[in-house]
Amino acid sequence: MPPSLGGIELDKEYAVVMKGITKRFPGVLANDHVDLFVEKGEIHAIVGENGAGKTTLMNQLYGLLHPDEGEIYVFGKKVHFKGPREAIEHGIGMVHQHFMLVDNLTVAENVVLGSETKKGFLFDLNEARKVVKDLSEKYGLLVDVDAKIEDIPVGMQQRVEIIKTLYRGAEILILDEPTAVLTPQEAEELFEILRRLKKSGKTIIFISHKLNEVMEISDNVTVMRLGKVTGRLKTSETNPKEIARLMVGRDVVLRVEKENKEPGDVVFEVKDLWVKDNRGLDAVKGVSLKVRRGEIVGIAGVAGNGQTELVEAITGLRKVEKGKIIFDGIDVTGFSPRELRDMGMAHIPEDRLKYGLIVEYPAYYNLILGRHHRFPFSESNFLNKRFILKNAEDLFEEFDIRPRKPEMLGGNFSGGNQQKIVVARELSHEPKFMVISQPTRGLDVGAIEFIHKTILRMRARNVGILLISMELEEIFSLSDRILVIYEGEIMGETRPEETTFEKVGLMMAGHRLEEVER
Amino acid sequence: MRPDSRIWSFVVPIAAVILALMIASIVILLIGKNPVVAYEALIKGAFGGRQAIADTIIKTTPLILTGLAVGFGFRAGVFNIGAEGQMIMGALIATVVGINLGGVPPVIAIPVTMLIGMLAGAGWAAIAGYLKAKTGAHEVVSTIMLNWIATYLSSYMVTEPLAVGSGTPKSPEIAESAKLPPLLTIGATEMTSGIIIAIVAAIIMYIILEKTTTGYEVKAAGFNPYAAEYGGISISKNITMSMAISGALAGLAGALEVMGVHHRFLGTLSGGKGFDGISVALIGQNHPIGIMFAAFLMASLRTGSNEMQFVGVPKHIIMIIQGIVIFLVAADRIVRTILIRKKKVRS
Repeated sequence: MPPSLGGIELDKEYAVVMKGITKRFPGVLANDHVDLFVEKGEIHAIVGENGAGKTTLMNQLYGLLHPDEGEIYVFGKKVHFKGPREAIEHGIGMVHQHFMLVDNLTVAENVVLGSETKKGFLFDLNEARKVVKDLSEKYGLLVDVDAKIEDIPVGMQQRVEIIKTLYRGAEILILDEPTAVLTPQEAEELFEILRRLKKSGKTIIFISHKLNEVMEISDNVTVMRLGKVTGRLKTSETNPKEIARLMVGRDVVLRVEKENKEPGDVVFEVKDLWVKDNRGLDAVKGVSLKVRRGEIVGIAGVAGNGQTELVEAITGLRKVEKGKIIFDGIDVTGFSPRELRDMGMAHIPEDRLKYGLIVEYPAYYNLILGRHHRFPFSESNFLNKRFILKNAEDLFEEFDIRPRKPEMLGGNFSGGNQQKIVVARELSHEPKFMVISQPTRGLDVGAIEFIHKTILRMRARNVGILLISMELEEIFSLSDRILVIYEGEIMGETRPEETTFEKVGLMMAGHRLEEVER
Repeated sequence: MRPDSRIWSFVVPIAAVILALMIASIVILLIGKNPVVAYEALIKGAFGGRQAIADTIIKTTPLILTGLAVGFGFRAGVFNIGAEGQMIMGALIATVVGINLGGVPPVIAIPVTMLIGMLAGAGWAAIAGYLKAKTGAHEVVSTIMLNWIATYLSSYMVTEPLAVGSGTPKSPEIAESAKLPPLLTIGATEMTSGIIIAIVAAIIMYIILEKTTTGYEVKAAGFNPYAAEYGGISISKNITMSMAISGALAGLAGALEVMGVHHRFLGTLSGGKGFDGISVALIGQNHPIGIMFAAFLMASLRTGSNEMQFVGVPKHIIMIIQGIVIFLVAADRIVRTILIRKKKVRS
C-alpha cells in the first residue's frame, strides 16, 4: 500500500489535482465536493450519465466556470483561472463536443486563429501551414492543411481541434464526449491518435458514457453520479458491469436477453425502392426488404448511406421515385404520414428535436402528436383536455418520465426523458409496425437499457420492427436479421448469431456478403 | 421572476410603455416643452369626454382586427405583411356588394356584406399562402406585391368605374341596410358597433388557438413544421389555411370601416392600418387579449396626439413612443432568449 493522503498517492506525479470542488447553479448542486486525480501521462476517463456533472467539472478546470469551493492544482501548482486563456497558458487544452471552427477558413487558418503566425505586421500563411504540417506529422494527425473546414469530414475536423490545442502548447488535453459524432472507424482512428499522444508524454482526460470505449482506451476511471464521485478505479482491475453500477446506482443489464420467438406473417414490405436526397441525387437505390410480425430487422450502416432517406420514404415524409411499399397487405406507396399512422405505423425518428418533439409544447401535447385529431383527444374539432392530461399522467408513470411534470415544455426535459416522451407516444399508438431510428443516440446507460427492453417488449407483442442504428452493438443485441446498407444499396443479409462485428464492418465499408464470406 | 413565466409576458409590455413615456418625456424636454403638460393633453385628447373616448374606440376597432390578423399568422409560422392589401380588398369588395343591397333587410345585408369582406381578404391572402405551399415563394415578398396590386386596383376602381363626386376619390355610399347601426351617437360622431365584432373576433381566435384541434395543428406547424409533418399534419394545407384565416380578419377590418365608419370606399381608407397590425401584434405578444390592449393603446396615442399638438408638442412624439415600445418588446425577446439559453448551457 503506497503512502496516501486523501486519495493522493505521494509517489505519483499528478498533472491535475482537483480537491473538494463544489459548484452550485440555481436549484442544482452540479458538483458536490468532487476530487479528481489525474496522473501525468495517463489517459483518464471521466464517466457518468448525462447531468452527472462531468462537463461542469471540466469547464472549471478549463477556466470557463469558477468553483464555489475547492482547489485546483496543475502540475503541482495551485491555480485560479479567470478564463480559458490562463488555462491555456498552463498547458490545458479542451476539445468541446461541438467544434469551435470557422467553416469557411482553411485548416491551417483555423489552427492559428487567435495567435497567428506573423511576418512583421502581416499574417504569415506559409509559416502557419508549415507549423500545422509539422504538428500533424509529429503526432500522426492526418489533415489536409489547405482544405476548408466545411469540406472535410467530422473526424478530420476533430483532428483539427486537437492540433489547435497542441499548437497552443497543451500538455493536458480534455476531450468532451469525443466519439459522440464519430463513426466506429473514425473512433478507432481517434484512439490510435490518443495512444500516440500519450506515448509522447501528454496527459489526456476523456469524458464519455460509452463503457466499451472507456475500457479500451483509459488507464484510470473516475465515475460520477449526481454531482458526486462514486468510484475511482484502475481500468485493468475493473469491468463494464462495475462501472455501470457506479454510474447508475444499481445493477444494469448491458446486453438485454432476447427470447426465442418464431415470427409471424409479413406485415411490411419494400420492393425495389428508389428515393432521392435533398440535392436530387439517388440516395436509396433499389432496396427491397421484408419485416414479419414479432420480428426485429436491423439495418446497419455508417451515417449518410441512405438510411435517413429510406426511413423518410417509408414513413411518408419523402417522395418515392420508384418501387412499392406494402403495409398490412395494402400498397401504401405515396400515402401521407397521417394515413400511415392511422393504419398503425409508428415512427421513432433519428432526430428527436427536429422531428420527434415540439419543444415549445408542453409534454402532454407532445404525447398526443399524431393522434391529436382522433377520439378521445379530439371531439368535433375541440381538444379534450381531460383525456389529454390523463393520457400524459398514465404515460409519465408507465415510462418513468422525469420530472413528473406533464405541463413542462418538451424542450426543458433532459435528452433521455425527451426520448422517453417520443417512445411513450409512439408505443401508445398500439402500432402494428414500427420504424425505429437511432433510438439510443446520446442516451446514457440506464436509459439505453430501458429503451432496449421496451423495444423487445414490442417484439413480444408481435409488432414488426425495422431498426436503423449506427451502433453495431445495438443492432447485434436486438435484431433477428441484419441488413447492411452502403451507398443506398443492401450489401447483404445475415443473422447476429451467424456473423461477426468484423464481417458486418466490412459490409458497412462497401463489400458484399459474398466477398466477405469468402 | 423567471423570464419564461407567463406573468413576464404581461409585465414586459407594460414596463415598455412606462419606459417609453419616460424616454419620450426627455425628448419633449429637449424641444423646450413641459412633458407633464404634454401628457396631460394626450390623456385629455384620448379620454377627456365622451367624444374623445368614442374617437379612440373607433380607431381601436380596425387595429384589433389587423393585429389579430398578423398575430394569428405569427402563431402559425407565417409572416403576413399583407394585412394592408387584404384590408383594402375586404373594404372594396364589401363596398361593391353593399352598394347593391338596397331593399334587402339589414338582418341579411349586414352579415352578407361582412362575410363578403372577410372572404375577399381571405382569398387575397390565400394566394400568397398557396404560392408558399406549392412553390416555396416567401410570403413576405408575395404579400408585399399583393399589397401594391390591391392599392392600385382600388384606386382605379374609385377613380373610374365606381367614382362619384369630386375631391378625394370615393365610391358611392353603400345601401342603408348594409350600414352597421352605431352603438352611440355623440354629436356628429357615430361610434361604430364594429368594436363588439372585433372583440368577439378576438375571443373566437383565442378559442380556436387554445381549445381546438385546428389550433393545435396551426401552432404545431408554426413552432416546428418538421415535427408537425411527422405527426401527420399537412404543412401545405396549414399554410394556406392560416393565411386565409389571417386575411379574413384583415378583410373584416376593411369591411367594418366601410359599414360602420365611412359608409363608402375612400382612397385613403386603410391608411396604413394593415401595417400597424404588425406593431399591434408585436406589442400584444400575438395573444388575442394582449392584441386588444395593444390596439387600444395605439389608438389612444393617435387620438390623444391631436390634443398634444394644441399645446405645442408635435404629434410625431407618439411615433417615438410607439417605436420605443416596439423596440423594448422586441429587445425583451432577445434578453429572454439569451437568459434561457444561458440557463441551458449551465445545466
